[in-house]
Amino acid sequence: MKKTMTGHKAVAEAMRQIEPDVVAVYPITPQSEIAEYYAQYVADGIVHTELVPVESEHSAMSACVGAAAAGARVMTATASQGLALLIEVLYIAAGLRLPIVMALVNRALSAPINIHCDHADAYLARDAGAIQIFAESAQEAYDYMIMAQRIAENERVRLPLIVNLDGFTLSHSVQVVEPLPDEEVKQFVGEFKPVYPLLDVENPATWGPFAMPDYYFELKRAQQAGMETVPEVFLKVQEEYAKLSGRPYKGFFEGYKLEDAERAIVIMGSTAGTAKVVVDELRKKGEKVGLLKVWLWRPFPKEEIVKALSHVAKVAVLDRALSFGNMGALYLDVTSAFVHREERPTFVNYIYGLGGRDTTTEHIEQVFAELDAARPGELRYLGLRE
Amino acid sequence: MKEIRWHGRGGQGAKTVSQILAQINLREGKHVQSFPEYGPERSGAPVRAYNRISEEEILIHSGVYHPDISVVIDETLLDSENPTEGLNPQGTLLVNTKRSPDEIRKLTGFSGEIICLDAHEIAKGAGIGFPNVPMLGAVAAVLGTDPKLAEEELKATLSGRLPPEVVDKNLVAFREGYEAAKGARTNAPA
Repeated sequence: MKKTMTGHKAVAEAMRQIEPDVVAVYPITPQSEIAEYYAQYVADGIVHTELVPVESEHSAMSACVGAAAAGARVMTATASQGLALLIEVLYIAAGLRLPIVMALVNRALSAPINIHCDHADAYLARDAGAIQIFAESAQEAYDYMIMAQRIAENERVRLPLIVNLDGFTLSHSVQVVEPLPDEEVKQFVGEFKPVYPLLDVENPATWGPFAMPDYYFELKRAQQAGMETVPEVFLKVQEEYAKLSGRPYKGFFEGYKLEDAERAIVIMGSTAGTAKVVVDELRKKGEKVGLLKVWLWRPFPKEEIVKALSHVAKVAVLDRALSFGNMGALYLDVTSAFVHREERPTFVNYIYGLGGRDTTTEHIEQVFAELDAARPGELRYLGLRE
Repeated sequence: MKEIRWHGRGGQGAKTVSQILAQINLREGKHVQSFPEYGPERSGAPVRAYNRISEEEILIHSGVYHPDISVVIDETLLDSENPTEGLNPQGTLLVNTKRSPDEIRKLTGFSGEIICLDAHEIAKGAGIGFPNVPMLGAVAAVLGTDPKLAEEELKATLSGRLPPEVVDKNLVAFREGYEAAKGARTNAPA
């Protein structure tokens, strides 16, 4: 049944239905409501999760690591500075191959302090070893929170997974969401199968040992192999979920009117929705424009993106965070995928929406209008007062 | 698609009624969005909340700059908040005031439809403290919402939060706001 709810409520609902063994969480704007909703479910006895109210995000992720190693299904949520504080432990979660699922309510990083959305926090976690998925809407955030369990927990993957949703724009706005029945979610997610749980005292195992130059490299290569398994698992889980939900999830990204597009935008998060409105408007005027909205950012689906964009003449890649001293990270992902290809578009990079700067349909129209004349490889700023 | 902007002060329930309006319209089979002006929420400070209501799926996630309806829950905001900014000239300005539409037109210079209702008085008469629910009724009237369906949804929403007698008072306030705005529409000069 369709309901109205905020992105936060949608995420909390997915968590309630999954009912993990442990949730360790510390509140931070704009994520706090997820923690509040879940604490309420625990207090009301609706879920039997062990809620660990910690004193910082570093402790939240540390508690998650401990609980996951002990053999529990574990979830958490954070934003911005909270992610920055727990990043040390996120690397450890990935290195220990612990499938902790985390909602990241995207918010700009200080300084200057700001509570609004950009993707700097997600970009900070880019190389931590977590799988990263971006949602366009509250519905997608809900759906991917459920798919996340199956992807992260796959025994060949076993990695932390971040579901990104834009702070305020998705987290605090009421939208239409159609949750699945509780039983269907529980069945889809299935029983958690711990691997070498610490609490299995009959079969003791060592977690987090020292690894010197003789083994560290091989262990990191094994971690990369886990990441390399993600695409195959992602597609399988997504296909099953699409069948269950009746929603059109197919692939690592959504191509919107891309098949015959001459100009296209590549983007992640809620602004993709605003861009689709512009694509529709320009299509009505006969302009061949399209959109590629990335769902799976890490691991980055480069082969498939090459296939989807090869025929496009001009592509604008929109990054909602700066990578100081270079082009945007998504731009580098997309363009490097084409490095050995003969047939390729020319690319332009736009930085947009930092610190919650609103990106309107007029801004997206501007990108399409400028694209033909833009110098290839140029770094531009959208919606900036200069 | 209809876009609505609510002007209130922190604590007057602009965000709450914007969310309830979304629920009512979902029940009517529409696609909806409701969001507040994001930022620190302080009691008494000017706040804005927004709705989008559409027959088709709503994909846009940017702010609302050209609303079709602007709702002023607190008339002291007429001076400081410029509630007619970007307002569709074919649209509607709804104001909680004892003043007449002519006075509001003179004050704002808005050329479209102006509807005035004394939501404070309606709320007081119904026995509730806040003018937001009568204003919700007024917006429902302007949108042409089925009042019975709206009342059912309002009742369902409030029943979880308020005792039954307070819910009933809110329903009275909603209906009177609805009727006041509907009456003002009918009497409005062409």
